[in-house]
Amino acid sequence: MKMTQRALLGATVSLALAGAAMAETTITVATVNNGDMVRMQGLMDDFYAKHPDIKVEWVTLEENVLRQNVTTDIATGGGQYDVITIGTYEVPIWGKQGWLESLNDLPADYDVDDLLPAIRGGLTVDGNLYASPFYGESSFLNYRKDLAEKAGITISDAPTWDEIKAAAAAMTDTEAGVYGICLRGKAGWGENMAFLTTMANSYGARWFDENWQPQFDQPEWKAVMTDYVELLTKYGPPGASNNGYNENLTLSLQGKCAMRMDATVSAGALTDPAQSEFADKVGFALAPDAGLGKRANWLWAWSLAVPSSSDAKDAAKTFINWATNKDYLALVASKEGWRNAPPGTRTSLYANPEYAALPFAKMTIDSINAADPTNPTVKPVPYVGVQFVAIPEFAGLATSVGELFSAALAGQKSVDDALAEAQALAVSEMTAAGYIK
Amino acid sequence: MSTQSSRLAARVMVAPSVLLLFIWMVVPLAMTLYYSFRLYRLISPDRTGWVGFTNYLWFINAPEFWLAMGNTLALVGGVLAITVTLGILIALLIDQPVKGQGVLRILVIAPFFVMPPVAASILENLFMHPQNGLFAAVSMSFGAQPILFLQDYPMWSVIAIVSWEWLPFATLILLTSLQSLSSEQLEAAEMDGASALNRFRFIILPHMMRAITVVILIQTIFLLGIFGEIFTTTQGGPGSASTTLPYMIFKQAIAAKDIGRAAAGGIIAVILANIVAYFLMRGIGRHLDT
Amino acid sequence: MARATSPRRKALTTLAAWSVALVIFFPVLWMILTSFKTEPSAVAMPPQLFTADWTLENYAEVWQRSDYPRFFWNSVVLSLGSTLLGLAVAIPAAWAMAFVPGKKTKDLLMWMLSTKMMPAVAVMIPLYLVFLKLGLIDTRIGLVLALMLMNLPIIVWMLYTYFKEIPAEILEAARMDGAGLFKEIVYVLTPMALPGIASTLLLNVILAWNEAFWTIILTTTKAAPLSAFIASFSAPQGLFYAKLSAASTMAIAPILILGWFSQKQLVRGLTFGAVK
Repeated sequence: MKMTQRALLGATVSLALAGAAMAETTITVATVNNGDMVRMQGLMDDFYAKHPDIKVEWVTLEENVLRQNVTTDIATGGGQYDVITIGTYEVPIWGKQGWLESLNDLPADYDVDDLLPAIRGGLTVDGNLYASPFYGESSFLNYRKDLAEKAGITISDAPTWDEIKAAAAAMTDTEAGVYGICLRGKAGWGENMAFLTTMANSYGARWFDENWQPQFDQPEWKAVMTDYVELLTKYGPPGASNNGYNENLTLSLQGKCAMRMDATVSAGALTDPAQSEFADKVGFALAPDAGLGKRANWLWAWSLAVPSSSDAKDAAKTFINWATNKDYLALVASKEGWRNAPPGTRTSLYANPEYAALPFAKMTIDSINAADPTNPTVKPVPYVGVQFVAIPEFAGLATSVGELFSAALAGQKSVDDALAEAQALAVSEMTAAGYIK
Repeated sequence: MSTQSSRLAARVMVAPSVLLLFIWMVVPLAMTLYYSFRLYRLISPDRTGWVGFTNYLWFINAPEFWLAMGNTLALVGGVLAITVTLGILIALLIDQPVKGQGVLRILVIAPFFVMPPVAASILENLFMHPQNGLFAAVSMSFGAQPILFLQDYPMWSVIAIVSWEWLPFATLILLTSLQSLSSEQLEAAEMDGASALNRFRFIILPHMMRAITVVILIQTIFLLGIFGEIFTTTQGGPGSASTTLPYMIFKQAIAAKDIGRAAAGGIIAVILANIVAYFLMRGIGRHLDT
Repeated sequence: MARATSPRRKALTTLAAWSVALVIFFPVLWMILTSFKTEPSAVAMPPQLFTADWTLENYAEVWQRSDYPRFFWNSVVLSLGSTLLGLAVAIPAAWAMAFVPGKKTKDLLMWMLSTKMMPAVAVMIPLYLVFLKLGLIDTRIGLVLALMLMNLPIIVWMLYTYFKEIPAEILEAARMDGAGLFKEIVYVLTPMALPGIASTLLLNVILAWNEAFWTIILTTTKAAPLSAFIASFSAPQGLFYAKLSAASTMAIAPILILGWFSQKQLVRGLTFGAVK
């Protein structure tokens, strides 16, 4: 009896030990439900083949919900996630807080020097790379070539705002349900304010001067808002104040927008015949400028980072290396074609002749290279960031300002009132946060 | 019936609920009170400290505060008026012996099964959208311009969406109450020559009063806290046109990550809810125990 | 309230009731139809009904893209668990308040409801911290407790209303026969209140099933229910309404079926007293 018990016990222990030797490390990866990330989840067989000792649990959520969950977790040291997907706005702020693990020690085959300099710069704080870009984007103009031809106009590869206004007027055909231009109008720091901040950059406006004094009372902002409201009310789709990224993309896919300015990453969808019957009629151009040396295009990278609170940092880094390595791009290309490779992160991708042949490849890389987060505006500014200001207070402030500007677009407020209120709001928030003495 | 022992038994039986709910209420409430006097921003944890009433003052002095208070009450009042009125009518209608009653009732309560964020998203995009919505198609087939629901009538749109979600709840509770009404009483009244309207007014309505009160009170508490539907559809806009108090708190908690301000907003919301509840109890509370 | 009515009147009320029901149901129907369309067809203008491209692809993709059975099972555990636990706590309380009312009963009821007055977002961080400290994040037991406490006031209220409809004399008769308190509740009250309990159960299962704030904040993978599943299908890049509709249809189908089965209870109404 005793013997059997012991034998059994021994067997259990040795089994348990064997189990421990083979034990999998489970990592929890939180990500947005954008197409490129969803595609990655379909390619996990490759990862498991290479790393049988790591098991990945996915938390896939839409952007707003993901941001809410991840921020709550990281700020309270919850430690629920081992890999998180965050954007260019969060990385420098969280990195400075010490919430993220430095990725400087990724293996050599990661080839950090292959990352696009602008993207890499946005994810680096004091020489530490705090997140690895999964895909990067800028913004550009997409338009329907057939409508431009019909209207007898050409849109140059590097248009000016005046050109855009004229083109919008020429192509608008409300009777046919075609609107000259679709721009973001929905309130939010990542919605209308992302677009308006880049437009402001090209107009010579800025959020703050060198002393963090808000600048909404300056004539440049007035010019931005006047033109924006005029463009959309005259040539935009009715109800534009409720259109964000997705609404405008939907309208573009349906051919209802003659022109649209938005993220370069939508090029894949726009040129996909399964999603749009206008796929072969799409043209691309750089975001417009006003002749002041800055174009209205942003810079963003959805990136993978390891929270300091993770208890499986090595496995997390192994995963990040797999997901953002050059080999991953090749893997996607081999399974689903180059068009579906995550764009905007690596120089080598754009040097690849097969990728460079895609209709949007050159415009995307030119747009990304034209954005400079450390020098985003015509006049000098104390902040980093193109379509955002990389300070913790920005998201809240810009969301409130975005509401005022969407009210101006909806015709509820005059441009002057909206700007005056935005200025008052920004001054009070910046004073409360201690930027202005 | 209330003997000494049954009173004691009653206390013992109520105790678990009360105890659990007390803990559930008092812990978060105490923490919220604490944070409401603190500077606490999730993203800048190094800047903390006591700030007195600053967070409260910020809330009350925010330009949209009074508008948001008004909108909150409008949302509650609007949805209550719609769901209770329609709920009574629909309950009366589907209580009649009609063909396919079972299926019918499932259809009527089906909106309640749809998750609120989905309901809002579906109604916004497949129905109210000015270019792709069904309503726009209807307008255009009559040669009219599509109505810009979310831009021109944001508050009404939100009220409509929330009403659609909550109508089944009201209908179901009112229907259950209606079914407990004795038919003999109604038949007797009918034989006495009471008109349909009078039967409704003097027999059916008084009988349903307790259920109506319950619907009003429960819904009020839920409706006072609604923000998800607003975020999905209008984002509180355009401007602040459809901003409610919970949505203001939502913005502080989620966009600005200012937990101190959100906590102060929460305390203000509790005070508002108590005021509303007080007047509701004064107004209709007596129907509860009859 | 079933009364004899003329066939003509029955036809008319049938017509009216069905029209109303279809209007209310229409958005759900439209959503279900949309789930079978291709994405471009789902947002086509004018809206397509007979000309749409029908497909099952959305379901295939939704099924393939996420672990539906796990989310589904979590939803079942969380909503049923929290509701049953809630009923166990609430039935005695509601009994006491309905049949042994004191001066403070109404205040107590109102106080219970007042525990729901704090907007969820305002206590997001405090509650998250509590759950974190107790190690309850992403656990089913934590979520069951949270949902139970969230809905407990509603359960008590609904049961209270239904119990109030039961004539106290019946209970007294039972007591005369020497039934103890426990027996009185289990053998006399509960069977009589069964339709009320069923409707409370159904409504609270739905409320818990649909809860989409705390269930997302407090879970990551292990305890995540269908609300988190839905949140992975809304607003991605590009067209998504057909997929969102498919995901939503998959999320409501189980509860629709539950509603179907429990409708007999709901329809029968309260079976005591003078009905029929």
